[in-house]
Amino acid sequence: MNGTIQAPTIEYALLAPMLVVFGAAIAGVLVEAFAPRYLRSAIHLPLTLLSLAGAFALTVWQAVKGVPTKPAAMGAVAVDGPALFIWGAILVLAFVSVMLINDEDHFVAAAAAVPGSAEEEQALYEGAAHTEIYPLVLFAVGGMLLFPASNDLLVAFVALEVMSLPLYLLCGLARRRRLLSQEAAVKYFLLGAFSSAFFLYGTALLYGYAGSIDLAQINKALGAVGGQDTLLYIGAAMLGVGLLFKIGAAPFQAWKPDVYQGSPTPITALMASGTLVAAFGALLRVFWVGLGGLDWNWRPVLYAVAILTMVVGAVLAITQTDIKRMLAYSSIAHGGFLLVGVIATGTSAAQNTSALSGILFYLVAYGVTTVGAFAVVTMVRDAGGEAWHLSRWAGLGKRSPLLAGVFAFFLLAFAGIPLTSGFFGKYAVFQAAVTGGALPLVIVGVVASAVAAFFYVRVIVLMFFSDPAADGPTVVLPSRGTAAVVAFAALATVVLGVYPQPMLDLAHSAAHSLFVR
Amino acid sequence: MPWLSTLMGVSVLGALGVTLVRNDKLAKQFTLVVSLIVLALTVAMAVQFSPNGDKFQFAETYDWIPAFGVHYGVAVDGIALVLILLSVILVPIVVLASWHDAEKGKRSVRTYFSLLLVLEAMMIGVFAATDVFLFYVFFEAMLIPMYFMIGSYGGAQRSYAAVKFLLYSLFGGLLMLVAVIALYSIAGKGTFMFSDLVGTVQDVTTQKWLFLGFFIAFAIKAPLWPFHTWLPDAAAQAPAGAAVLLVGVLDKVGTYGMLRFCLELFPDAAKFFTPLVITLSVIGIVYGAIVAIGQTDMKRLIAYTSVSHFGFIAMGVFAMTTDAGAGATLYMVNHGFSTGALFLIAGFLIHRRGSQFISDYGGVQKVAPILAGTFLVAGLSSLSLPGLSTFVSEFMVLTGTYQRYVVPSVIAATGVILAAIYILWMYQRTMNGPTAESVKSLPDLNAREKWVVAPLIALLLVFGFYPKPLLDVIHPAVKDTLSSVSVTDPGAAVPVAKEGQ
Repeated sequence: MNGTIQAPTIEYALLAPMLVVFGAAIAGVLVEAFAPRYLRSAIHLPLTLLSLAGAFALTVWQAVKGVPTKPAAMGAVAVDGPALFIWGAILVLAFVSVMLINDEDHFVAAAAAVPGSAEEEQALYEGAAHTEIYPLVLFAVGGMLLFPASNDLLVAFVALEVMSLPLYLLCGLARRRRLLSQEAAVKYFLLGAFSSAFFLYGTALLYGYAGSIDLAQINKALGAVGGQDTLLYIGAAMLGVGLLFKIGAAPFQAWKPDVYQGSPTPITALMASGTLVAAFGALLRVFWVGLGGLDWNWRPVLYAVAILTMVVGAVLAITQTDIKRMLAYSSIAHGGFLLVGVIATGTSAAQNTSALSGILFYLVAYGVTTVGAFAVVTMVRDAGGEAWHLSRWAGLGKRSPLLAGVFAFFLLAFAGIPLTSGFFGKYAVFQAAVTGGALPLVIVGVVASAVAAFFYVRVIVLMFFSDPAADGPTVVLPSRGTAAVVAFAALATVVLGVYPQPMLDLAHSAAHSLFVR
Repeated sequence: MPWLSTLMGVSVLGALGVTLVRNDKLAKQFTLVVSLIVLALTVAMAVQFSPNGDKFQFAETYDWIPAFGVHYGVAVDGIALVLILLSVILVPIVVLASWHDAEKGKRSVRTYFSLLLVLEAMMIGVFAATDVFLFYVFFEAMLIPMYFMIGSYGGAQRSYAAVKFLLYSLFGGLLMLVAVIALYSIAGKGTFMFSDLVGTVQDVTTQKWLFLGFFIAFAIKAPLWPFHTWLPDAAAQAPAGAAVLLVGVLDKVGTYGMLRFCLELFPDAAKFFTPLVITLSVIGIVYGAIVAIGQTDMKRLIAYTSVSHFGFIAMGVFAMTTDAGAGATLYMVNHGFSTGALFLIAGFLIHRRGSQFISDYGGVQKVAPILAGTFLVAGLSSLSLPGLSTFVSEFMVLTGTYQRYVVPSVIAATGVILAAIYILWMYQRTMNGPTAESVKSLPDLNAREKWVVAPLIALLLVFGFYPKPLLDVIHPAVKDTLSSVSVTDPGAAVPVAKEGQ
């Protein structure tokens, strides 16, 4: 100790996209505090969208300038190829989700009021609105950005919480079906808190094993430290539980249908796309960078988890009658398909690149289509809000062929029919898995796809081949934002399905550098 | 000139164009014109095809997705050419035949015809693809227009039939996808071009697994016994026009795939599985025919006859003699015309009376002689009467198979006798006898319907007497295919037995 403290170096330029988002979030809080109520919404929207667009521009600039090969911020945050790609994806998905959120009809007027009480009536009458959703979303997005980029476990935990806490709140803000929404928020919060605790406990145990929370250091310690294997295994398993929970992999999938169903649909869209992307980024980084040397131990477990996830997602979806629950189970199944890609990682760099780029492509393809699908869900409404029950969708193809056609197209993309983006996503991970020697897993994957196709097709049957109910739901005229989201998602699903090469190149070049250590 | 791309491009643009036409009648006429243009272009292409030239002609190859080694590669050999011709000839006929089909359910007429043209583009693409991945893409994607055609415009059980059709085919397709991926990674060539993949898989065990992946998909598609159960439902519920394309063309993709991919890519496995496939085919021939006899629903009956006929085709493909192979290919074409004619005329009849059941008819011949007469001709071609085109192909398949597999060919020949029963008995019950009360006022074929039936009957007769032009095109291609399987015909010493009828 010579009395001077070395100041940590922070590469502000590298972290700029996150800083912009967090900065805008804090500015949003200030708006909430100081701006008059009638102005808030008008300030929030441009602020949120501009910050996301700005962060995206900075990410692109970062990627063009050259991908750094060393972790930033004293090894705490790794801004590498995959991280930049994931950031770009999250920012785009968040941007389109915010355009859905913009329609305030989805959100409750006074969240604290007891459902059905006089206070709620009053708030509705006054036209109150929770404009806090914008800064909350920005905080969540900031967390999503940090989570896959965090290079040590403590930062990852902080990111996990920053991402999750606002989402817990947002889940409870649905305007209709209040009780369901509150239930979703409580469930998500309790289970999420559990999983965070698992993650934290795992971090502690791994620290006990390796003497460091830095992922690279942990990986170095594998094999070097002897006699502490119990700590290592339990720690790694707990970390895995925390991460798999966020993905919604079986057997930690139970929260997903409830939360997706109860949340305001635009928030569901954000969770189904952004959170999934972020969680997969983090999962890959932790298991790859931190526990890569342990893959003989975690690979069989993930193998089983992937199979279970695909099967549970595909089979349970068949019995669903709520469109959002069905999409939730579909999201679980897709999580399983993505896990196939995670298992496809191997020992050679080329194999890793192809697996990683496959996952990245899949995440983008699936994320965009999902947002589009939920955007359509917001538009099909009856007297009680969104027409959530599947039977209400009967004959939609006759009353509004265009919307039903677009939705059918999204469903076909989920089912992985060629000439849609979903096909190439699935193909990319399956091909990587076959090359990586996981052929049995791929066979389970295609069987699960066939089962999944059944319930997607069932919705198409309802929409197109059934006769409309007499008092069926009407399709509301979409707000400009919603229409733009649907159009964007449909376009992306077509383009990525017909000409995926540019996006594949991008994913490949992002994955090529692999994760920095 | 990029012929094949032009054909597909015209169809796709036509499909888009149809959706823009506001008037239903104009939309139909527009569709007809587009399909005739495609037909004219295809004929113009076909006359330039030189049977003894390169194996694949009119080839176009561009990189599509270099990251996966996928090309946009199209070209035709003799086999693909005749199947494309079959498709593009059937489409205008189907358009004309379905003139009023889409109107019943108050569903969008334009959508129906637009789907039809999309399907046409995909049918051309699937036969022309020289890239295995591209073939797979078309193979799966073409399910979607057909799914909507059955589901939106079909009969009472349409959604059940449409879903069954889609799920069966999709499941087979997904198994094939695994095999496609495995083929790619085992070959290790970094490309999906068919010509580069031939001969890359040497290990016989691997070949067998990959063969099964492809074969099951094709057997479901074709359909071969015991994978056939979706076909009667789908064909019976589909509108007549869609049923023609489903049975006449889409199912041919299965037998075409066996000939092109199963044999050439996995020759050793193909030889290993030949006894199994021949057995399944023979069972299918007899089973399909017997079940057809017992049908009470005309469309289901025709669908089951197709199960029987597909048995013949698959048997011809796997007999691996030039005669049988050429016969099977010719059979694919002829079956398209003869079954197409049967479905369409039965469709006209059903449209008039509003019932698919044989028992609701009787003595139609007296009130509608032309309808009955053409029905008889189509039926006779289905039972392979000499002088009609299917006879040539069935005879070739049987003699070709006999050269190698005596017993199966003899059993299969009984299918010919059974065919006489199911066709003639159906004809007798519907057309002969006392005229049923309900059909007394049945109108005969109108001008449009005559235009639908005439070309089909003409083709059946022409190729019945003079199949040489088709065979000239098919023969070299089949020879080439078999030589890549390194099979030579067994000694011609075996006398060609007369058929058992």
